[in-house]
Parts: sequence; C-alpha cells; structure tokens
Amino acid sequence: MIALNNASVIFNQGTVNENQAINNINLNVKEGDFITIIGSNGAGKSTLFNLIAGTITPTVGSIHVNGRNVSREPEYKRAGYIGRIFQNPLLGTASNMSLEDNMMITYRKGFKWLKRSLNNKMREYFRSELVQLKMGLELRMKENLLMFSGGQRQALTLLMMVLSKPSLILLDEHTAALDPKNAGIVLELTNNFIKDYKLTSMMITHNMSHAIEYGNRLLMMDQGEIIFDVSGDAKKELTVDKLIEKFQELRHHGFENDRALLSD
Amino acid sequence: MIEGILVEGLIYGIMVLGVFITFRVLDFPDLTVDGSFPLGAALMVQCILLGVNGWLALLVAFTGGVIAGCVTALIHNHLKVPNLLAGILTMTMLYSINIRILGNRANVPIIDHKTILTDVSSRLSGTIPEEYILMFFFIIVALAIKLLVDLFFRTDLGMTIGAMGNNEQMIISQGINPKTLKTIGLGLSNGLVAVSGAFAAQYLGFADVGLGQGIIISGLASVMIGEFLIMKSNRIGVLTLCALVGSILFHAVMYLGRYYGYIIKMTPNDLNLIKGLLIIILLILTQTRKFNMATLKAMVQK
Repeated sequence: MIALNNASVIFNQGTVNENQAINNINLNVKEGDFITIIGSNGAGKSTLFNLIAGTITPTVGSIHVNGRNVSREPEYKRAGYIGRIFQNPLLGTASNMSLEDNMMITYRKGFKWLKRSLNNKMREYFRSELVQLKMGLELRMKENLLMFSGGQRQALTLLMMVLSKPSLILLDEHTAALDPKNAGIVLELTNNFIKDYKLTSMMITHNMSHAIEYGNRLLMMDQGEIIFDVSGDAKKELTVDKLIEKFQELRHHGFENDRALLSD
Repeated sequence: MIEGILVEGLIYGIMVLGVFITFRVLDFPDLTVDGSFPLGAALMVQCILLGVNGWLALLVAFTGGVIAGCVTALIHNHLKVPNLLAGILTMTMLYSINIRILGNRANVPIIDHKTILTDVSSRLSGTIPEEYILMFFFIIVALAIKLLVDLFFRTDLGMTIGAMGNNEQMIISQGINPKTLKTIGLGLSNGLVAVSGAFAAQYLGFADVGLGQGIIISGLASVMIGEFLIMKSNRIGVLTLCALVGSILFHAVMYLGRYYGYIIKMTPNDLNLIKGLLIIILLILTQTRKFNMATLKAMVQK
C-alpha cells in the first residue's frame, strides 16, 4: 500500500554539515500491517515518518501510496489519508477551544465551509464515541481543552484520528510524554482501535518490550538504514535480549539502550 | 462628550475587531492595518466624490481592504517573508496607492457631500435628539458587525481558523492548507479595518493618507484594555464584545488626553507617547496579575 523506493534524505547537502538522515530505504507496508519501529536517537525514525507524512521530501527516490507517486505532495494533502500523532500531546488539539469544537474540526478531514455543523445530533454522536475512552470526557464536552491532562488529550487525538478513517496511521512515540499509567491506557486504546478498525499503522517506540508485544512486524533502524526487519512468527519469538544481541551482531557496537531498557 | 467618545470608540471598534482577528485569533501580527485603514477612507471619499451610493462605496472599501489583506497573506505564504515584514511591505505600498486613489493628493475633504452619515442624520432628525443620532447609528452598525464576526467564527470554517491560530500542526494534520486559512483571515480582518476607515472618513469629513499612522497601536491597546477588564473566556461573543468595549475605553482615555491634557501641559502630539505607555502599563499589569495568580496557587498548594 505504501512503498518507499530507494528513498534517501540528505540534510544540508554539499556543505560541511551534510547529514544523511535516511540512507537508501526500501520499504513496503501492506494493508493491515502494524509495524513497530525501534532504534537509538538519531537513527532516522522520525525522519522516516516526516518523509512518509510529507513534512520533508526525499532527496533521492520516491514514495508511492497505492501505486501513486506522492513524493512531491505537500503534507496537508497527504494528511487527508495519513493520520499522525506526535509525542507532544498538545500538537493534536487546540488548547483554547472546547472539546466539542475540537471534535467538530477533527472528526472529518479536509477544508470546511461556511456552515455550522455542530448541532445536537453531532453532539450525541461525539458523546457516544467518547464513551469508548472510558475517561468520562463525554460529560465535559463544553470544557476548554486547557483543563485536560496530556493523557486525555492524547487519547482524544487518537480517537479523532481513528474517526476520520485514515489509510495509514503514524504514531511517533505518542506515549513517551505521558506518565506510566496514562501511557499504558493510551497504548491499550491504540492497540484496540488498530484491531477494531483494521488500521494500517506504524509506531515508533523507545520501549523494546512494547515493540515486541505489539504489531505484526518490527523494524530496527540505525544511521538512517533499516538494519533488521522481522515479521510473523519470527517476530513472536523475539525477546529484548535477542534484539540487543541482534543489534550488536549487525552493527558491531552496543545498542544505545539506556532509555529502551529503563522504560519498561 | 459621552456621545463623541462612543461614536469614535465604535467607529474605531470595527477596526479593533479586525485587529483582534489577526492578533488574537490568527496569532498573526498584521501591520497591513496602517495602510488598509486609510485605504478604506480613500476609497470611500473617492466614491462619494464620484457620486456612488454610500453603501456601495462601503462595499468597495471592504473589498479594497480584503485585497490588501490577501496581498499580505500571499507575500507571507509564498515568498516565506516573516509576517511582520509582509505587513510592512503591503502597508508601504498602500501609502502610494492611497495617494493615487485620492487623485495625487494627501488630503481630500468631503464636507459638503452627501454621505451615509448625512443621509442617516437627515432621515432620523426629529425622531431622536440631533446629537444622539450618530451614536445610535454606530451602536447598531458596530453590534451588527460584531454579531456577523461571531457568526463567522462559529461556522466550521471559522472554527478551523481559530484552531489554526492556536495550533497550526493540528490544521495541517486535518488535511487543510493553513495558507488558505491565513488568506481568508487576513482578508476578513483588513476588510473590517477598511470599513472602519470608510466610516472614519465620513465622520471626520475628509480622507488623509496619514489617517492610519499608528492605528495598529490603537487597535492593539484597545484589544488589551478589553481583555484586561473583562474575564478571560473562550467564547467568541464575549471576546468581540471585549474588543468593542476596549475600543470605547481607549478612546475615552484619548478624548480626555485631547481635551483636558492641557492641564498637565500635554499637547495632541503627545498622544502617541500616551498610547505606547498605555500598552506598556497594560503589559506590566497583566504580567503581575499572572504572577500574583501563580504565587497564590503555589501558596494554596503548600
């Protein structure tokens, strides 16, 4: 469904600061895949997401979605079929607006015209969807989002993204900024939504055990390359130790794993 | 005195609504205002001199303002010029354009011509005391425009514009081009400013290219006074009302400065200094108030 062909990203090309962030990546994401991505800081995980989402364009190579070349399509256009959640829970919602207004803006993608769609029927629909989060948000529809916690806002962003029915969702360490309890809740919600709505998804995580536990395919990145790609039964047999071993075997140096090991 | 302050405050209040949209809703400090205000005045005066119907002239002024705003948005969006500089560019160009519109003159009077205001005055004279006619007229006009702005920001389009000022990434993630929204917002804002300028020209009886000088500061000061006096809210109706009330209060201060300033040996030339100081004082007051709230919270938690 999504294919990267020999994609490379080089920042500051031709200067002393030249930095090859993505190095000749070939990746094929199939419909229904749930891919987890791990790698140390600076491995190119977020750059890979920026590339797929359209924040940056590939220096070399191309990106195809359902056979269509989208390499030059701007981010806002690709957002029509790609949903993305960031590490910062504030990036998905508007703080100075009420919950129902936020839902009104996000429940459907694309440009909105001069009509007022927020009526009681919409409110009822939003309420029924909010119940799924089990956070009691359905009783706080008129409250300003400034009053909500990071976990609640991230859960809300997740719900709204799912409702807009994207073809692919990109989760960029979306639980890393939350406290352990909320991170667990949001991750559980994510997993359920992906199963229930059969979403094609990619998730960056620093937590190796999460990367192993969730999804049907695992990518390990280092220095802008995908160094390890495992799926199906082979993935099910993985453990954290095996992963670290694998990394050392492939790269001949230790996995920068302080955060990865500490965060489980 | 009261009616003078109200009329002035409400005429400029329309401009303050425009400034409120850019500064507070869009989070786009737009200096085009200094040019689009006299643009509205110039278009109005020229239309009146050409014998165009007053309300049609108002529409012309509004359209002129919208175009000015769109130019700023285009410069900012497509040439990647910072928002302040884009506004200054348009403002500078508008100075020449305004003189062109006024027929290569810097000041054009319309004292003896029929305007919307003379029309309203002659129609209503007899029913309401002469000195209150304009006051009532502008209360109605300003409130009507305020309600239209409220209505706009409660539509889906208006809400997305509001969200963009708060969180641009969210709008991009929704598959909406923020450039389009900025263009719409700036166009609307400058359209309102031009309408305000058109009314100001009729009220003053002339159009002058210097009419817009420092108008952005008046607008900003008014917005800040309104915000300072009235409780914080996220309801657009309350916010726009704050802007209008702020404008009236600001002009009350300016009025006092102009007519009673001589007591402390102040001249009308000192008014710009007063405007600036007013903003600085308001900033200090809001900062200390925030600070006080924070310390209070910390104490309560202990």
